[in-house]
Amino acid sequence: MLNSRRKFLTSICSVAAYSLSLATGLAHASLENVQWLNKSFSLSPYDETIEHLFKGAKLIDNHNKIKFERLPHVAENGAIVPIKIISSFKNVTKIYIFVEKNPHPLSAEFNLSPSVAAEVSARLRMAKTSAVTVIVEADGKFYRKTKKVKVAIGGCGG
Amino acid sequence: MSSIKIRTKRLDGNTQIRTLITHPMENGRHKNKLGELIPAHFIQELWVEHNKNKIVNCNMAGSISKNPYFDFLLKGGEVGDTVTISWIDNLGETDSKEHIIK
Repeated sequence: MLNSRRKFLTSICSVAAYSLSLATGLAHASLENVQWLNKSFSLSPYDETIEHLFKGAKLIDNHNKIKFERLPHVAENGAIVPIKIISSFKNVTKIYIFVEKNPHPLSAEFNLSPSVAAEVSARLRMAKTSAVTVIVEADGKFYRKTKKVKVAIGGCGG
Repeated sequence: MSSIKIRTKRLDGNTQIRTLITHPMENGRHKNKLGELIPAHFIQELWVEHNKNKIVNCNMAGSISKNPYFDFLLKGGEVGDTVTISWIDNLGETDSKEHIIK
């Protein structure tokens, strides 16, 4: 009896220690935040993702202070689609990249500190012909720009 | 061998940081030759530090291409400064590399 009680206590302790190590390991992002992030990266329809991320905030469309470079009109291979975003807004804090018709539309979210220019490039994966949308957050306002990209061979599996 | 390659270039007083990471970035929807799904394995978070100050934090998922490439433009930056890039993926694997601006 005593033996099993001891076992029970040690197992409880190890569980507590494990959860503690998990919590400290995620020190730079709280557990709640991680869950929120996982949700925003796994939501499927584009509209729902936007709703989840911006909660009805006003998105200002087609601002000419956001520029796409390198993003082609026709991408031969959806597995590698280069994109470069240059924005001339001051105080850009976040840049989001969405591929509207991908199974998971949100592809990347950049948090920029003031010591970095609003210039970011990456390589996307696109399932099929779709609009690529970029949302830039500057001074607490959201600006959106969209460009349609045709994809010859999809890169998201099927 | 590290999975991260870093190149920096001084451009009119700014510093361009380019990085290429070797990673499969499987989104869990691809199939292998036997028709079985390949489990998801992708980088979730990437961060860039300049002299130990975090300057960029990037969250991503499987819709970034295999062997992802990123570039950023650092305002200022001097010869001899350090740039550190680190990532963590959904299986808990992690890697980090330090680079000195020349």
